[in-house]
Formats: sequence, structure tokens, C-alpha cells
Amino acid sequence: MINVTMTVNGREMTGEVEARTLLVQFLRDHLRLTGTHVGCDTTQCGCCIVHVDGKAMKSCTMLAVQAQGKAITTIEGLAAKDGTLHPMQQAFRDNHALQCGYCTPGMVMMGIDIARRLPDADEATIRHQLEGNICRCTGYQGIVEAIKSASAVLNGKQEGGSHA
Amino acid sequence: MGEFAMGQPVARFEDPRLLRGGGRYIDDLVLPNMAHGYVLRSPHAHAKILSIDTSAAQKLPGVLAVLTGQDWADSTFADLPTATGRKRRDGTPMYRPPFPGLVKDRVRYVGDCVAFVVAKTIAQAMEAAELIEIDYEPLPAITSTADAILPDAPRVWEETPDNIHFVHTEGDKAATDAAFAKAHHIAKQRLVLTRVTAASMETRGAVGDYDAAADRYTIYSPLQRALVFRAELMTTLRVPESKIRVVAGDIGGSFGMKSGVFNEVGIVLLASKIVGRPVKWISTRSDSFLCDAHGRDNVTDVELALDKDGKFLGMRVKTIAAVGSYTQPGSESGPVGNLGTLAGVYTTPAIDVDVTAVFTNTNPMRPYRGNGRPEAAYVVERIIDVAADEMGIDPVELRRRNLIPPEAMPYKTALSFKIDCGEFEKNMDMALVMGDYAGFEARRAAARKRGKLRGIGVSNSIERAAAPGFEGSEIRFDRTGSVTVLSGAVTQGQGHETAFKQIVCDDLGVSPNDVHYLQGDTDQVFFGEGTGGSRTAGIGGSALKMATTKIIDKAKKIASHMMKVDDVECVEGLLTSRSSNRSMTMKEIAKASLDPKNLPVGMEAGLNASAVYTAHVQNYPNGTHVCEVEIDEETGQVELVEYNVVDDVGNVINPLLLKGQIYGGVAQGVGQILMEEIRFDPESGQNLSGSFMDYAMPRAEHFPHITVKSSPVPTQTNLLGVKGAGEAGCVGAMPALANALVDAMSHLGVKHIEMPATPERVWRTMEAAKAARA
Ligand code: FES
Ligand code: FES
Repeated sequence: MINVTMTVNGREMTGEVEARTLLVQFLRDHLRLTGTHVGCDTTQCGCCIVHVDGKAMKSCTMLAVQAQGKAITTIEGLAAKDGTLHPMQQAFRDNHALQCGYCTPGMVMMGIDIARRLPDADEATIRHQLEGNICRCTGYQGIVEAIKSASAVLNGKQEGGSHA
Repeated sequence: MGEFAMGQPVARFEDPRLLRGGGRYIDDLVLPNMAHGYVLRSPHAHAKILSIDTSAAQKLPGVLAVLTGQDWADSTFADLPTATGRKRRDGTPMYRPPFPGLVKDRVRYVGDCVAFVVAKTIAQAMEAAELIEIDYEPLPAITSTADAILPDAPRVWEETPDNIHFVHTEGDKAATDAAFAKAHHIAKQRLVLTRVTAASMETRGAVGDYDAAADRYTIYSPLQRALVFRAELMTTLRVPESKIRVVAGDIGGSFGMKSGVFNEVGIVLLASKIVGRPVKWISTRSDSFLCDAHGRDNVTDVELALDKDGKFLGMRVKTIAAVGSYTQPGSESGPVGNLGTLAGVYTTPAIDVDVTAVFTNTNPMRPYRGNGRPEAAYVVERIIDVAADEMGIDPVELRRRNLIPPEAMPYKTALSFKIDCGEFEKNMDMALVMGDYAGFEARRAAARKRGKLRGIGVSNSIERAAAPGFEGSEIRFDRTGSVTVLSGAVTQGQGHETAFKQIVCDDLGVSPNDVHYLQGDTDQVFFGEGTGGSRTAGIGGSALKMATTKIIDKAKKIASHMMKVDDVECVEGLLTSRSSNRSMTMKEIAKASLDPKNLPVGMEAGLNASAVYTAHVQNYPNGTHVCEVEIDEETGQVELVEYNVVDDVGNVINPLLLKGQIYGGVAQGVGQILMEEIRFDPESGQNLSGSFMDYAMPRAEHFPHITVKSSPVPTQTNLLGVKGAGEAGCVGAMPALANALVDAMSHLGVKHIEMPATPERVWRTMEAAKAARA
């Protein structure tokens, strides 16, 4: 067993894991942060995306020990303490970007990453950027619209959620 | 109009929870002392099991039990419920193959459940499964639907030497033969409806928890028909329904797939009983391709007879449809339950349909979004395009000549539909304007200059939604005037919570913040049939409307009694008396209803109501899809460039939810036409599409912006005037896209292309057409 320590949603967390324990297993099974989902076993679906030191990573494709000392943000860490949604979460609601909600945490985390890296991304770019995220319910239209509108808010191009 | 009224684009109430990671899907469930189970599956499509040795596995640390088919056979459980009620061509009843949770002596598809290891951790269970020694004697397997009826095909079941499960005919053969005899032109086409899988992003899973002290079983599992499921499960557990609790939780997509009593549900309950702990089983994605029920999979020969003006005289449809290796209640509905869609929105006077359902060494089949509807729409809308091409008539014009006019409503088609209402030409004209059909040739020419072959495709479709049945609902006001709303429907992403809260908040004037929505728990919900077949808005919504009406009636009586007036009216939940100029809110009435002095003598205390709505007839959502593709002539790569939909789903409860259903349905239809396919190796019967690396899923970049407009013609068949919306997108998409593909290549001589139209297949199709012309 190996001791790991990482900051998760702003709090320092430690745990004992096996060398083979995946980051997603550590988050879900050890910390009981079940908002991060598993949708595949071949790194195709993106349901498991979290931020590692601010960058979107598939937590099913990373060992818990690789996150040693890093700062992790999961879907549970986005909203304000009073429950106010992050602008990306709010945009997902406003644009009906989720149905069953299973792909949603990964989509939201990826959306924030896209907005950060590509503030001027147009619809086609956003669609291309989502090549590692599968949604079976929505046909992606609401997701693409949500990312586009939240990106404008996050990049200060438009009035919006309190977080911006 | 109130902010939650019918037609308002209310943002979903379930979203804040789901957006913050607060969903409660099956794999999120952890019960005290819970053990984990792993299913060891058959690696063979067909084999005898000569022996199973589990002794090494049993000894591994952490292992609590290893169950085999023998344990299942020795248990108190009966086999899983199977399909009933159909006959073979000679009128004899169909063979109903036994469906044990774990098989004992023969495996019949790759993925069949052979053993179940229960251990303290899933890693231990998987490790132990590797130590189970099984001696198989492989047998020849049949996985091809078309070949299953060949005389020398391997037999899936000894009891059906011809592999035929049942035969079903519909329509009028004599009238159709007569129509064909006088035809000016007959268009013919063989169409292969591929096998696909629902691939909900949440895989299947189950936690079984047997309470020995109470002799009661609880099954936690994402299931779209909790109460019906309980009744089916009862036959396996051999206990009264009251001894079973089903809890669905949040469901991460289902599309029909998560609806039957599957092996693993029975297995986790048996295992829990044996080891005395809750037992969890979660399918991995790779596992899901091997063990989930699949959808579609038929081979259809269709013929359309036309007169010289292009009037449809008759249609013949002959289908061989796969049912897989085992059956479940309702699994017979895919091949035959929605044949009515074959008549389309057209006046074709005579139709003859003949369906042969066959066993193959493949996964069992379940309904998959549309459940026969997209298949049927594909058949009729493709053959119309084939006929149009052969007769040199514009495909839209050919459709126009045969549409059922609105003044003919109600209209009885040559198959089972008695359509109550619909304006099909209006739909089509609206969609053609949205898709600029008139200006298409210019776009085609412009694309050609860029080296692209551009095609346009149109489909009209109609389907049966909300088949006759029931749904239950209940409204309970508590002491302080907040509300719990319960429904027998079970959402898998459709947004029932929002639609139902809209009805309750608009009718009763309560704040959504005061309303808690509860579903999918058979200990809480008293009655219902669950969600499927585009039924919930119509039937579930009507049930809730009945309940709000009962609440309003009672509230009026209480208000009249309290205000001592007799002219109380209820508008958006406010109970007002004009004569006295007084009013009370529903919340005030609810509080008052628990004080005896406020109640008329003889009235029950409290403001609660339950209702069961009975739908006696179905409704008929319909619409037109117009789409455009561009094909790269060099590579065969297809790009979907334009997509427009006009739908008539009657009154719209919430346009956001409706569009979401259409977009999602279109995406699944597009997926099947362009890329998805479950494929088996014809020799070994191995499933060659066992992961997202081999089974292509549609992604964001495969779609253009989709435009959806509604052209509602409200139906009188339910209290809300709504028609089903869950399947319509998928139904219209398959034929529209297929027609666009063929249109793009038709100048080369291409008459048809099978699905999935992968770049390789498209390229080969073009090359073959060019070679044939040369
Ligand atoms: S679970 Fe990580 S990509 Fe699918
Ligand atoms: S919302 Fe269901 S998978 Fe995306």
C-alpha cells in the first residue's frame, strides 16, 4: 500500500492506495466523491474528467499515485458554498445540455478546460474539442451551446454568473 | 399564463443536483457489508459445458461464494421470465426457451452467464474468476439473421430445428396481391437493419439485498419500469410481489435497454441470500457489449406497387428478425409491435407484412429507442425513394401524391393505425422551407466544385406512442403545505421531474421549491407501468392531471366550507370567491385540511390524491426530417451538413425537453446509419465490437446544428393533448439520412447503401457503381 496526499477541491486529502489504484477509484471509492463517473474502460468517453492542476485529465487513465501532491478539482468542487452554480454548470442548465446527467460532470469539466484554452472557440472548434467525450442522450447540441455561452462569461465577454 | 404553464421553456429542476455531482447512479450505491460480484461469461458462441471446477477459486482469500448453473438450478428461484403469446406458421405455439440466471450445460452466445464469483472486493472476485476451470466442447454457431433459416444452419435450440421462434402476419395478402397484379411499376429493395446497442453512458448494474429476518428482497438497479419489473421478478423469486422492493435510483440512460429481468438481477439476489450480505454487480463497458441486450437486427425485403402516376397501390414487406438466443417478456415486440409505422403517412390501400422471428447465437434483444418504429419508417421511406428514382419522379413530389390529407382524419391505414389527427403535408412543406429544398441543386453544384458529392434526403414518419395502458400518480401535501409528487413513470434522462412539477405548480399554484418528486421505488409508488414507448407525457402526465383535478375539487370544497360561500373558483392554485372577495392559497388549504373544524362533515382529512389514468387508444406523433450530406469522393468520408426537423407531438409541455428528445433521437438514428454496428465473426460467432474502440459512437463533431420546429396538432386521446416525443427523432433520422446518402451518389448509379455507411463502404459503393457503368 502507498500513501498518497493531494488537494481535492481545496482540501488536503490523504489515503492508502494500491499501486494500481486509479485516480477515479481513489476519488469515488476512497473519498466518496461519486460525481466523477466511469463510462468506459478504454479511455474513450470522458465521463471521468477532472482537473489536475487546472487541466482536464481523464481520471480513469491516471494512477492515484500520479496525482501525488497535485491539486484536483472534481465536479463537486465547482459550485460556490451557497450553492450558486459555476457559470459552466449554469450554462449547462440554461441550454438543456444534460438529460440523464451521466456524461455531464466530464462534459462540464472539459467545457471549462476548452473555455480556458480557447476563449474564442467557435461551434466547430468546440465540437472538435469534445472528441474525447461521449454523450448518448443529448445529441450534443445543448452541450456545444452551453460551452460557447459559458466561455463568453468566463472570458469576460458577457455578463453572467456570479463566479465570472 | 403562469411561468410553469404548458409550453413554457422551464429550465430543468433536476439539473442543479445532477450538475453538482449529486446524481445517485447504481455504482454510487454502497451498503454496509456489501460484497462484490463478477460474472464469468461464455467465451464461445455455442458450446457444451462438459465440466466446471470452482475449487481453486473458492479458496482464494476474500472469496465468499462461487455460483454456477447448478447452484441456480438447485435454488428456490425459477428461471427468468420469457416471451409469450406468439405462434409459428403452422399455428403451433412458439417455443419458449428456458432462461436460467446461470447456465448449466450449454452456452448459447458469447457473454452467456456461466458463473458468479462473490468476494469482498471486485479485484478478488475477478482474480478468482480466472481460476475457474471450465471444459467446453465448442459447437457450430449461427449469428447471421438472414442465414438462420437456411436448412443447414446450426440449431440454437434443439426444439426449433429451423431456428424459427414465431411468425407474424399483418395486413391483407389477397388485396395486396391484387394491387400488385395491376401495378404499372414495382420497386423492390432488400434492406438490412443492423444490430446496434443502446450504449447508455451508465452501464447496467445491480445491488441485491436479501433481508433474511423479513424474508424480503430489495433490488437496486436502473430499471425503467420498476413496478412492472417487480411483477416479472416475482415469478423468478417465487414470492409475492409484496416481498420485493425495486429501487431504480438515477438512471444514466436506457433507451429501452434497461427494462427486462436480466440474469444479473436474479444472480445478485441469489448471491445475497447465500452470502448474507448485499451483493453489487456493475458491468464494465467491455462487459456491456457482451451482456447487454441489443436492438434492431432484421433483414427486410420490401416491394412497392405504383400506378403510372405514382400512386401507391400496395406494399409487401417480408422480414426476418433476430430475437437472439433467449427471450424476455416484450422482446417479441421489436419485430412485430410497431409494424403500423410501415404504412407511413400515406394512403396505400393494401399492405401485406410477414415477419419471421429467428433464434441466433447472439445476445438477447430488447427494445431500443423506437423498438420497430425506426426500422419500419426506414423501410417505407427508403422504398419510396427507390421508386421515385426508378420512375423519374422527384421524391418529394411522389410523397405529396400519396399523403393522407387532414380532411381524411380520422384515417384508418391498411395496417393497424387509426390516426386521429395530423397535418402531414404542412409538416413536409414547413421542413422543405427550413431546409431550402428548392435551392438544393445550387448547393449540390457548388459542392461538386469543391470535390464533394452533396445529397439531400427527406423522410416523413409517423408512429404509435403511448400504447393503451395505465399510469399512476399521487400528490401528497404535508402538514406545512409542501408537496410530494409520485409517479409510476421512471425517467432515464427525459426530465419527468420538470414536466411533472410544471403541471403541479401550474395547476396548484405551489412553488417548485415546495415540491419533491419521487419515482422508481416500489415501496413508495403505489401503481404504474414505467417509462417506455413514448408514453409518459401522455399517460403519466394525464394521471398527474387527474390527481391535480382531484386536489382542486377537494380544495374547493374545503374553501367553500371555510369561507361559507358557494362560488369558489380555482385559478392557478388560488381559490377565490367573487361574492365574498376572499381567497385562499392551496398551501393554506393544505394546512387547514388537517384541522377537523375546517372540514365539511364526512370529509377525509388531508389534501392528498392518487389517480390512475387509463389510455384506451394510442396517439400518433409524426413529422418530417430534411437533411443534407457531403461525401468526399476520394475517401468516402461523409459529413452531415444540414439537419432540419418539423415535429408534431401535439401540445408541447416544455419545448426545451422536447427539443432535447428530438436532438438525442436524431443522434442515435445518425449513429446507426453512419457508424454503429454490433458485428459477429461469422465463423466463430465472436462479438467483434466489444469496446468503444470497435463500436463507433457518434460524437459532437459528427453533427451540424440541428433545427427543430414544432407544428402541433393536439390530440384528443389524453388529457393534455400531447403526443409521444421520445422516439420520434430516431424514427425520422434513419430514413432521411439514408436517402440523402443515396441521393449524393445516385448520379453514379448508386441505388442503395447499407448501414453503417462507413467511409470504406461508401467508397466501395461508389467504385462498384462506377465499374458497373464503365
Ligand atoms: S471512464 Fe475515463 S474515458 Fe471513459
Ligand atoms: S446526458 Fe446522458 S449521456 Fe449525456
